[in-house]
Amino acid sequence: MARPTHARYLTMEQGGYVAFLIVVALACLIVSGKTYDNVMAFHAAFGALVTAGGAFFILKRYFDSDGAVPPQEIDGRPNYNMGPVKFCSVAAMFWGLAGFTVGLIIALQLSFPVLNFDLPWTSFGRLRPLHTSAVIFAFGGNVLLATSFYVVQRTSQARMPGIVTPWFVVIGYNAFIVIAGTGYLLGVTQSKEYAEPEWYADLWLTVVWVAYLLVFLATLWKRKEPHIYVANWFYLAFIITIAMLHIVNNLTIPVSIYGTKSYIVWAGVQDAMVQWWYGHNAVGFFLTAGFLAIMYYFVPKRAERPVYSYRLSIVHFWALIFLYIWAGPHHLHYTALPQWASTLGMTFSIMLWMPSWGGMINGLMTLSGAWDKLRTDPVLRMMVVSVAFYGMSTFEGPLMSVRAVNGLSHYTDWTIGHVHSGALGWVGYISFGALYCLFPWLWNKKQLYSLKLVNWHFWISTIGIVFYISSMWVSGILQGLMWRAYDALGFLEYSFVETVAAMHWFYVLRAFGGGLFLVGAIIMAFNLWMTVTHGEAEAAEPALAPAE
Amino acid sequence: MEDYAQAAHFAQTWGLLYFVLIFLGVLAYAMWPRNRKKFDEAANVPLRED
Repeated sequence: MARPTHARYLTMEQGGYVAFLIVVALACLIVSGKTYDNVMAFHAAFGALVTAGGAFFILKRYFDSDGAVPPQEIDGRPNYNMGPVKFCSVAAMFWGLAGFTVGLIIALQLSFPVLNFDLPWTSFGRLRPLHTSAVIFAFGGNVLLATSFYVVQRTSQARMPGIVTPWFVVIGYNAFIVIAGTGYLLGVTQSKEYAEPEWYADLWLTVVWVAYLLVFLATLWKRKEPHIYVANWFYLAFIITIAMLHIVNNLTIPVSIYGTKSYIVWAGVQDAMVQWWYGHNAVGFFLTAGFLAIMYYFVPKRAERPVYSYRLSIVHFWALIFLYIWAGPHHLHYTALPQWASTLGMTFSIMLWMPSWGGMINGLMTLSGAWDKLRTDPVLRMMVVSVAFYGMSTFEGPLMSVRAVNGLSHYTDWTIGHVHSGALGWVGYISFGALYCLFPWLWNKKQLYSLKLVNWHFWISTIGIVFYISSMWVSGILQGLMWRAYDALGFLEYSFVETVAAMHWFYVLRAFGGGLFLVGAIIMAFNLWMTVTHGEAEAAEPALAPAE
Repeated sequence: MEDYAQAAHFAQTWGLLYFVLIFLGVLAYAMWPRNRKKFDEAANVPLRED
């Protein structure tokens, strides 16, 4: 019998993961058997299934490949690891469609409350966090995972290290999404905005996130470029800060390891302050720094122009990360929070105008000398409009953080409109642009299946965004004014239900706008599907130089 | 009220100085003439094909 060509040993990495996953699977199995909590039983069984499956696939792959490990380079060129990038790109499109659909459902529920169906699982209170987490963490998170792994490898000219770790990160992250999402529907929540998942999901995400940081840092460590490209600085700030925010805001003690419920170690206004320190920096570092990294790689790449001013990008980076971290208290004006803290948050929010607009100008001016491409390339147009929305919502945000303006805008639909001009316009469009670039690159296609469909997507969803944000502006200001209206005797002029009734048609218009946005995304999913299955393959490298 | 005055005083003096110094440091690094070539090259990193 021929001897195997490779030493039949698991690498330390493979062996370590198999051991770790088996231990977790056993722990899950014990918890699912002993728990008194039905949701915990379900989640622990799911966890056992995923971790045991992971250990099985690591071993199966090892035996199938006879212990061979993929080469770092092929013919002197880096052998990039794009499998996990493909996985996350597809996952992002899938979660995007799911998250936009749930968003449309809850928008319709606000217009027509009968759509709550009087069932606990379909009530607005449970579907709303499902929507926010699906679009931010499932859609946005997978876009960030995909693009960060792509960009860090390409700009470092190195294969990301690890056989198992990159897959552990992407599958582990998506398993977290499933646990979080199903938990909301079944009524499990910490009741903290954007930090709803309970302690066991948080613990799992912490492990996954540390692995993510290690893969990212180790790839930078292997880089052939002497300088670390600015997009990687933004990604790194995003990964490190999210780790810090996530851990501090989830310092909870579970009631029992066999139950889902936990309590935070601090209480009252301290908890509120930590929560909004977390919440606003989820906006600043997840939805801003991470997606700015996308801008700094994909806009120059697509426009085929260098970054407008690299020096500005350095100032942009350091100013943004040093200012953002202080802005959180503006969410707690007129609360138990001391006034000096809320003034501090407001001041830093206003200072954020400078780096935000510096970054916007840098992104837009990268097109100087290539403005004509806006006419012919709808993908680039999408990214440029996204940067314009970034400028718009980062102008509006500091304005709303001013205490006097906040007195009118807070708790009204104006906030919802503001968030969506940032989320649909900035985060959504830069992500769509990046995915439209990534799919042909990853599947070796010459170009997208249809640029015409991108054009349709662009216009349909742009009209959708305009409907969304303008109806929310009007309804938000109307709502704020109605709430604070007094009659001559000092009584409130409107009962609360009157203000709700006044919102009805604005909610219908908003749902219409959201529906258009969803239609655009469905067109996109079809286009990407056709690109992968029917796109014209990129010609192989010519063996001989063509005759002149 | 005293706590407020102390915190505000600290932020308005040392906090301000800290941020101004960091900002000047970043500006100096970004604008330093000797770094120009490095940054011009870095601006082209996304366009470079391996």
